[in-house]
Amino acid sequence: MSAIVSVKNLRKSYAGGFEALKSVSLDIEDGEILALLGPNGAGKTTLISTICGITVPTSGSITVGGFDTQTQFRAARSLIGLVPQEINLEPFETVMNSVSFSRGLFGKPRNDAYIEDVLKQLSLHDKKDNKIMTLSGGMKRRVLIAKALSHEPRVLFLDEPTAGVDVELRKDMWEVVAGLKASGVTIILTTHYIEEAEAIADRVGVINKGEILLVQDKADLMAQMGQKQLKIELAEATATIPDMLAGYDLERAGDGMSLTYSYDTKGERTGITTLLNDLQKAGLQMKDIQTQQSSLEDIFVGLVKETS
Amino acid sequence: MNLNAVWTIYVFEMRRFFRTITQSLVSPVLSTSLYFVVFGAAIGSRIQEVEGVSYGAFIVPGLIMLSVMTQATSNASFGIYFPKFIGTIYELLSAPISFLEVVMGYVGAAATKALFIGIIILITAFFFVDIQIAHPFAMMAFLVLTCISFSLLGFIIGIWADNFEKLQLIPLLVITPLVFLGGSFYSITMLPPVWQTITLFNPVVYLISGFRWSFFGAADVGIGISLFAIALFTGACMAIIWWIFRTGWRIRQ
Ligand SMILES: Nc1ncnc2c1ncn2[C@@H]1O[C@H](COP(=O)(O)OP(=O)(O)O)[C@@H](O)[C@H]1O
Ligand SMILES: [Mg+2]
Repeated sequence: MSAIVSVKNLRKSYAGGFEALKSVSLDIEDGEILALLGPNGAGKTTLISTICGITVPTSGSITVGGFDTQTQFRAARSLIGLVPQEINLEPFETVMNSVSFSRGLFGKPRNDAYIEDVLKQLSLHDKKDNKIMTLSGGMKRRVLIAKALSHEPRVLFLDEPTAGVDVELRKDMWEVVAGLKASGVTIILTTHYIEEAEAIADRVGVINKGEILLVQDKADLMAQMGQKQLKIELAEATATIPDMLAGYDLERAGDGMSLTYSYDTKGERTGITTLLNDLQKAGLQMKDIQTQQSSLEDIFVGLVKETS
Repeated sequence: MNLNAVWTIYVFEMRRFFRTITQSLVSPVLSTSLYFVVFGAAIGSRIQEVEGVSYGAFIVPGLIMLSVMTQATSNASFGIYFPKFIGTIYELLSAPISFLEVVMGYVGAAATKALFIGIIILITAFFFVDIQIAHPFAMMAFLVLTCISFSLLGFIIGIWADNFEKLQLIPLLVITPLVFLGGSFYSITMLPPVWQTITLFNPVVYLISGFRWSFFGAADVGIGISLFAIALFTGACMAIIWWIFRTGWRIRQ
C-alpha cells in the first residue's frame, strides 16, 4: 500500500502565536480507515483543516495523491471530501440544491442521478426537497456527508462525525463508512469515542497537544499494549493465596471467591496451562473461568496521561 | 480556471435573489416612484429646467445610480459575508478553486442583481417622465461598469466585516452621503464655487455625471474624465481584492 496523504513536519501556529501542531508527520495509506483519537484541543481539527486548505501551514509540506496542497492545490483538493465538525449549512436551501452546489464547486458537471444515489445511501432521499432548517441535527450531519461525497472524493475526512449523535445514527454512520471503504475511499475520522475507533478503524493514531503520539495497526496496538485477564471463580473461598502460586501474581477478589491472573497476549507463553495445573495441585476447585481484554480506552488514557 | 464553480456560485446567489424577488423589486420600484412624486412632481414643478432638461427627467440618471450603487454594494457585501457568518465558507476554502473564481461568482451575481434593479427603475421612470437616451450603448456600458465596480467594493466590505454592524457601516456612512452629495438631484454647477471644488473629490460625481451625459449629451464634467475616474475606481478595487487573494486576509488563517 502507498500513502495517499502524506504530511511532513507540519507546524501550525495561529495568529496569536499558539502552536496547535508541532511538527506532525503522518502517512495515510490508500484505502484504509484511520481513526485519529485525541482529547479536545489536541489539534485534530487543525490538522484536517490544514490538509484540506482551510488553514495555511506555518511550515512543512502536505501531499494528497502525490499533489502538493500548496502549489498544486486544485489537483490535491479535487480528491478530498470534508465533513466538518461544526454543522455549517445554508438554512434556506433545499438538501438537493445544497448538495448539488458542493458538486459544482468541485468543477463536476451536474449529475442528479448520482446525487440522488448518495442521498438514498444516507437515508436522505425523502428529504431532498426539504429546506435544511427543517431537518433534525442528525439529518443535517448526513447532509454534510452527502455534500462531501457529492464530488466523488478519493479521500474523505470526517471530523467527529458522531459527536452528539444518537446510538442508532452512529451505527448507520459506521455502515456508510464501511460501504465507502469497500468502494475504495480512504477515510480519516477524528473522534473521542474510543469505541468508534475500535469498531471501524484499520489503524489508530493518537494525537495530544499538537503531537502525534503513535500511529499503529489497531489489532497490533491492542495486542502489543493490551493485556488479558483470566478470571477464575472458585467453588470455595480461599483466605490466602497458597504459597505455591505466589509466582503468578494473582489478585484475590470477592472475599476470596475469585482470583485474577493478568497475562500478555503477545508473550511467548501465557502461563495459563501451568497455572491451571498448579491451581489443582494447590487444592483449589474452579467453578468457572473467563478472559477479558483491556480496551483501546485503557491504552489511550494511559498514553494521554503520560504526555500531560 | 474552474468555470463550473463560477457558474455554480453565480446560480446559487441568483437563486437567493429570486427567492425574495418581491422584496428585491418592490422596494426599489416603490422608493423610486416616491422620489418621482416628491422631487419630480411636487418640487420639480417649481423648478424650471436644469441644463436644458426638465427636472423630473434630470434626476432619472441620478436616481438609477443611487439605487444601483447601494444595491451592488450591499448585495456583494452580504453575499460573501453570509457564508463567513454561517460557516459555509469552509466549502469555498476547501474546493479546488482560486479566489478569482470566488470573486467572479459573487461579484457577477451581485452586479447582475444591481443591473436588474437599475433597469427596472429606468422602466419605472418612463411612466413618470419623458426621457430620451442620447447614447444608449454608453448608458448601458456605464451602468454595467458601475454595477461591477461597486460589487467589487461590496465584496471587499464583506470580507473585511466581522459583524453585521460593520457590514452596514460603510454603505451608511460613506456610500449614501457620497451618492447624495454626488449630484444625484442637482447639477454641481448649482453649488457655490467652494463646494463645487470640494465636490470634485467625490468619485461618485464622475459616475453620475458620465451616466447623465449618456442620457442628455451634456454633463458637469467631461466624459473622458468620467471614464477615467470609473476605471481608476474599478482598478483600485481589483488591486485590493488581488491583495486579499494573495494574503488570505480575513479568510484563511
Ligand atoms: N482559530 C484559532 N485561533 C487560535 N487558536 C485556535 C484556533 N483554532 C483552534 N485553536 C487552538 O488550537 C488547539 C487545537 O484546536 P483543534 O484543532 O480545534 O483541536 P481538536 O479538534 O482536537 O479539539 C486548541 O487549543 C484551540 O484552542
Ligand atoms: Mg475538533
